[in-house]
Amino acid sequence: MENRLRVLRAERRWSQQDLAEKLEVSRQSINAIETGKYDPSLPLAFRIAELFGLMIEEIFVSPSRHSSKAI
Amino acid sequence: MIARTPAWKRYNWRVVWLSLLYAALLIAAVYGFKHSLVPTVLKYPIAALPALPIIGIFAAIGRYLVEEQDEYIRMLMVRQTLWASGLTLSVATIWGFLDNFGLVGHVDGYWVAVVWFFGLGMGGIVNKLTVGEAGC
Repeated sequence: MENRLRVLRAERRWSQQDLAEKLEVSRQSINAIETGKYDPSLPLAFRIAELFGLMIEEIFVSPSRHSSKAI
Repeated sequence: MIARTPAWKRYNWRVVWLSLLYAALLIAAVYGFKHSLVPTVLKYPIAALPALPIIGIFAAIGRYLVEEQDEYIRMLMVRQTLWASGLTLSVATIWGFLDNFGLVGHVDGYWVAVVWFFGLGMGGIVNKLTVGEAGC
């Protein structure tokens, strides 16, 4: 799933490891989410959103909206 | 390299101890049967004894999946076990038919576990190729 995680992280000058520690997940998880290879569960998506003080949809692009744009 | 989470470390220790136990029980059972030290009444339980640590490793994998808090790392292991199970069932089914038509010989049943662990490794390679991380 497309997302703005890398941009948001870079704005705060956090490394993937920094973000992983704040979310209590592995660095590999952060990398997989940022590259769109893994979609986080809803609880993890909420934790990410709460950490950045944003709504989930401000970080993650809805796949249905993304595909409708492409059409 | 995959993250060494606390759950993974516990899993790793369990597998190491179970592997050592397997080696010890196998050596003891082989020695006992070879030197006719096993009483008839104990033959079945002692022959089955080396299987218990292998079953323990399957249980350790299940426990790891329950204990792993990192959902992405857990997903990698789930994918590996699915590959292992799919491969083992496929190989066993194909072998069964080949055996049935007299094209191959019988194989010992414990090879199912060997193929499953091989499949676990295959699953790690598939993980590496598809999502960039191997898993456990």
